[in-house]
Amino acid sequence: MRLGLLSDLNAERAARRAAILVTELASGEQRLVREGDIGQDPLAAELQEALRRGKSGLLEQNGRQFFLTVQAPPVRVAVIGAVHISQALAPMAKGVDLDVTIIDPRTAFATPERFPDVPVLAEWPDAALPDYGLDRYTATVALTHDPKIDDPALIAALRSPCFYIGTLGSRKTHERRVQRLLSAGFGEADLARIHAPIGLDIGAVSPAEIAVSILAEIIAALRQDRRRAA
Amino acid sequence: MVSTETDILRAAEEWRRAGRGVALATVIETWGSAPRPVGSHLIIDEDTNFLGSVSGGCVEGAVITEALDVIADGKPRMLEFGVADETAWQVGLSCGGRIRVYVERVE
Repeated sequence: MRLGLLSDLNAERAARRAAILVTELASGEQRLVREGDIGQDPLAAELQEALRRGKSGLLEQNGRQFFLTVQAPPVRVAVIGAVHISQALAPMAKGVDLDVTIIDPRTAFATPERFPDVPVLAEWPDAALPDYGLDRYTATVALTHDPKIDDPALIAALRSPCFYIGTLGSRKTHERRVQRLLSAGFGEADLARIHAPIGLDIGAVSPAEIAVSILAEIIAALRQDRRRAA
Repeated sequence: MVSTETDILRAAEEWRRAGRGVALATVIETWGSAPRPVGSHLIIDEDTNFLGSVSGGCVEGAVITEALDVIADGKPRMLEFGVADETAWQVGLSCGGRIRVYVERVE
């Protein structure tokens, strides 16, 4: 592989843009196809499908064999609330390759001492999230229990293509939240995107167990569609 | 911490820019219960430093040996490993799967 090509591939990754490296195995010939340029490629339909599945793999076309290295951006989790569950979640998320950022306007909570290994933004979600950028490789998790802080994050998430939205709260709390979001102009289809109460139902009790259930649900949202598509 | 595929490709670029001879190995096909998925990378330099994994340890040694030849002559190679391999007792996959690995030089 030419160094320039490798460098371009890494640059796309750093900019959080998907790209596919196409290698013709017989000749070793390679090209990098950026997400935005797939339509112009001779293998447009096949590359589009590979990107949708998010999986690298072999492709046979007119007797020629290609290998597609599919590179999707690293998956991020925006955690609203510098709370106990978040403290348990941050290191676990790292172990499964999820990049966590903690967002909480309460400066007593949002400290680097409480979260030594992840970025911490002591800002309101509606101030922090536009720059952070909720894209379709990002999950949003709202854990403060405080509608003043959680609601602006949920609203930003619902207006974004992020692949997962989850928030704490009993059914009653969630009903009230649904009413607030309905009056804010969201519809049933929007609200169906919210996982509440958050996390897979594994009977989790401690903050660490709840963190496990949240991460499991995020991984399920990330992988299961692709598995069904495979 | 296990390196992600991103870290590995970034390291490949850094190693090459530092003037080291570098080969990139990629799992391109698997059959049966292969330990690492298609698209997994292993990078190797001329001093046999390596990062990443194509099989969780079963055939890395053999891939590294081939990678040194790839770094030397620049010709990509296709390697196949499995229990049916005649050297299976040495470098076979204990899980019974088979994998095909493409090894190329970073120019």
